[in-house]
Amino acid sequence: MERFEYAHPSTKQEVLRLLGSNWNDAAVLAGGTDLLSLMKEYVVTPKRVVNIKSVAGLNGIHSAAEGVTIGALVTMEELLEDKTIRAEYPALTHAAQGITSPQIRAMGTVGGDLCQRPRCWYFRNGYGLLAKDESGKSLVPEGENRYHAILGNTGPAYFVNPSSLAPALIALDAKLLLVGAKGQRELSAADFFVIPKTDNQRENVLQPNEVLSNIVIPASSRGLRSATYEVRHKTALDWPLAAAAVAVKLDGGKVTAAKIVLGHVAPIPWQAHDAAKELTGQPINESVAAKVGEAAVRGARPLSQNGYKVKLATVAVKRALLAAAKGEA
Amino acid sequence: MADYHWPPTDKCNLIGRRISRLDGPWKSSGRIKYSYDVNRPNMLHGKMVFSPYAHAKVVSIDTSAAEKMPGVKAVEIMTEPGKEVFWEGHEVVAVAAETEEQARDAARAIQVRYEKLPHLVSDAAPDKAGEHTKQLAEQTDGNPDQMLQQAEVVSEGEYGSPVITHCCLEAHGQVAEWDGDELTLYASTQNVSGIPGELAKANIVTSADKVRVLTPVMGGGFGSKFGADTWGLACARLAKKAGRPVKMMLERDQELMAAGARPSMYAKVKVGAKKDGTLVGWQSESWGTGGPDAQGGAPNLPYVVRIPDRRVKHTAVLTNIGPSRAWRAPNHPQMCVITMSALDDLAAKLAMDPVDLLQKNIQMTGQLSKTYSTELDKASELMDWKKKWHPRGDKTPGPIKKGMGVSIHTWGGAGHPSNCNCAIQPDGSVSVSLGSQDLGTGTRTVIGIIAAETMGLPLEAVKVNIGDSKYPADGASGGSTTVGGVSSSTRRAATAALNQLLEKVAPSLSVKPEELEAVDGEIRVKGNPNKAISWKQACAKLGTSPITGVGQRQRGNDDLISSGVGGAQMAEVSVDTETGIVHVDKLVAVQDCGLIIDLKTAESQVYGACIMGVTYSLFEEKLMDEQTGRCLNADLEFYKLAGIDDFGDIVVHMMTGPGFDERGVIGLGEPPVISPGAAISNAVANAIGVRVPTIPLTPDKVLAALEQKGAVA
Repeated sequence: MERFEYAHPSTKQEVLRLLGSNWNDAAVLAGGTDLLSLMKEYVVTPKRVVNIKSVAGLNGIHSAAEGVTIGALVTMEELLEDKTIRAEYPALTHAAQGITSPQIRAMGTVGGDLCQRPRCWYFRNGYGLLAKDESGKSLVPEGENRYHAILGNTGPAYFVNPSSLAPALIALDAKLLLVGAKGQRELSAADFFVIPKTDNQRENVLQPNEVLSNIVIPASSRGLRSATYEVRHKTALDWPLAAAAVAVKLDGGKVTAAKIVLGHVAPIPWQAHDAAKELTGQPINESVAAKVGEAAVRGARPLSQNGYKVKLATVAVKRALLAAAKGEA
Repeated sequence: MADYHWPPTDKCNLIGRRISRLDGPWKSSGRIKYSYDVNRPNMLHGKMVFSPYAHAKVVSIDTSAAEKMPGVKAVEIMTEPGKEVFWEGHEVVAVAAETEEQARDAARAIQVRYEKLPHLVSDAAPDKAGEHTKQLAEQTDGNPDQMLQQAEVVSEGEYGSPVITHCCLEAHGQVAEWDGDELTLYASTQNVSGIPGELAKANIVTSADKVRVLTPVMGGGFGSKFGADTWGLACARLAKKAGRPVKMMLERDQELMAAGARPSMYAKVKVGAKKDGTLVGWQSESWGTGGPDAQGGAPNLPYVVRIPDRRVKHTAVLTNIGPSRAWRAPNHPQMCVITMSALDDLAAKLAMDPVDLLQKNIQMTGQLSKTYSTELDKASELMDWKKKWHPRGDKTPGPIKKGMGVSIHTWGGAGHPSNCNCAIQPDGSVSVSLGSQDLGTGTRTVIGIIAAETMGLPLEAVKVNIGDSKYPADGASGGSTTVGGVSSSTRRAATAALNQLLEKVAPSLSVKPEELEAVDGEIRVKGNPNKAISWKQACAKLGTSPITGVGQRQRGNDDLISSGVGGAQMAEVSVDTETGIVHVDKLVAVQDCGLIIDLKTAESQVYGACIMGVTYSLFEEKLMDEQTGRCLNADLEFYKLAGIDDFGDIVVHMMTGPGFDERGVIGLGEPPVISPGAAISNAVANAIGVRVPTIPLTPDKVLAALEQKGAVA
């Protein structure tokens, strides 16, 4: 990796002073499970690395009347072990369970999971987030795209969002708190992610001089039935080929409200609004779940090698819905 | 006098028992050092610049900026300007610096200008590869056209396996250290005795005896670590220039790009049979790539089951994917997938149990036919095959379908040339020394067991010296020839040493040497156990002169060893037909390898091979991007390897006893890794009712096969 300056501040104010106005000025270090490999591969070359692990106010899982607040520095292991999360928001626990490496769960943080960079192999091999060759042509459509996007892929972005937790957090209506030089801003987890259109854009709205500090799941999501289902090739540590998180409100055996969010199929966590609408008013059973799964991928536009992911996404939705209805892990 | 022939197994104290490997505790405690762990005083670190292009000409190299960087001590050009590089990862320059980080920074500061040249990295379309192909001679035996025409049932299909890599846990590399004109190499190598000659040939030393290679243990080779390699030579040169030791181990990406690939092999097959299952004809057109060179001949298809009337044709595709290297049983796993898949499809068409099809044609397997037949019976029993097997397509409701598959395989073995010195000291200590190496297979332990058995001593009484080129020369560990070589030379050396001792001891017991035997830590008169002296007392009679027994395994002295083994494997899988995910629930491996010296390390070899087999059946593929010519998964993130939950129960059964033991020792490294691909692929076809043509059996391919089946049905 390139040489860098290392800073280890203890307050949010210090962090903000240490971050720059360009991405290359500084990078935030939390668990480091993604940042270190990006730096070792020279995919990112920040001049300064700001370790936020000692910063106050970014830790712990706190339950209050307005909801549950999860600090950005909470590790995946802490999230997985939390009894409140497990009982009330099982979709999050399921998602954390999918990270089958104890080392990564021990080091990786909730904030880091949301901010990690895509795993697109062209990006990781130095062709940029939009995976372009020297002439500016995207390498993905005619290249090796078995793991790339099937939705939201009209270009120039074809990567998939790698977050394990984002689909569940969006399904649970979570809010993200970002701290910046101009103060704090709050936005929905769904609005955090964007599909970049130009080389200068990134895959989320975070600014170079901002830090994700906390995640809040509102009290209104407390009574929801939720689940996450990931289709992974390997049982050992592996990225999901497709995933779905669902959160539904059941009344008298019928769905009165639903959110369905797909993971690893689009440059952003993909909200299947129409499918959720179709589900509303129905009971959850095998055939309804299968139909809703089909609806969730309507409009999918597979690339040359990833048509199979359409099927995987429908199955993920179906299985997540059935798990949520049963209230099973 | 003691006889060097193997004692009957029921008379053995150590041979054939389950004995833990001698170096297990040394490895798990970190006491013994792998090349990767060697750190010499004042040592520098080497890093390489390698080509980012699949094919290019090196136009110029400017190392001036790098040479001025802090810590940089030496630079070595590996590919001179004007020469071509033939794959991404091809070595161009090496640099040594005080720290690994400085070396890496310096490597990045070296300016190499390339002229890009056209490349081909895909092996998918040999017909479109034009000049990048080499047709190998077509071979015809008998009259396949007529036989296939007359066949009552003909099955046609396309099968294959892609290029994969070795994934040794310890990367390739070494530490090089000079003392005057003498060089010590701490190398991760399968050929301790052979490396010095390579360095002499490259004019790095004035003669081979100036080189000492040390490899006490190594983290896997699988056929990829026979040579000194360009980086070994460069490391020695860097160390010479800098006047300091240099460590240069490959990083994982280089390891996957440049340090060896298993060739791909695909085939269009037509195979015919009579209604009763008798195989009558075979025809195959195969192709594959082993990198830029087309080494070796055409695959010998069909594999194991030698259908007399056959026509085979092979096209080698020359690609810029990095060089191929021998991969555990070169060509056999690929030929096995093609043949056993084709036979399994034929069995399905005949509505026959594939085990019955193999048994029906067992004579075509040649001289091992009885072994195969017995092994198939044993595997069936361990798998409960008859009860669990069903015709193609599991009819159980629900998305999870279960299936069973079978495959058989063969390998040679024999023994490489080996020399062993066995020393008995007057204080009673015993050592055996060979310039062999233990790749992790158990070689060290096997040598110790043989020497101790011969002397009638406990295993811990024998010191085993290997992994050092100062010891008597030994062959490279390849082709499952090590155990044959070292067991033969060690047994001879130990017997020769013992006989010298018996001659010294005989007068004091008033008998002739041939009346003595070494048993239970004593030298005693045969048939009169009370007339004995302890091993220590016996050795004390040597006065001040230790004994050395010399043993050789040369070509021709094969009375302790043999070659040619058969194995049968069966797989049971669960396939999620909604996601295409395959899980191997159980793998049964039945294997013969003649006389087994250490049952535990033998079984471990088979377990390891099964794990490697599950991994290449389900996950592994070196993924090349035609647009950029680059390997996209030169990491262990998307070059996927199985984890502990990804393989199910592995049941290993070694064939021992009469009919096997008296054949002598036969190597085991390769055979058990051959069948898993075919057995697992066949099990998936049995589960879902349709063939997934190629391994790895990934979800996209499983779903595509199911979709095609649905479209047909």
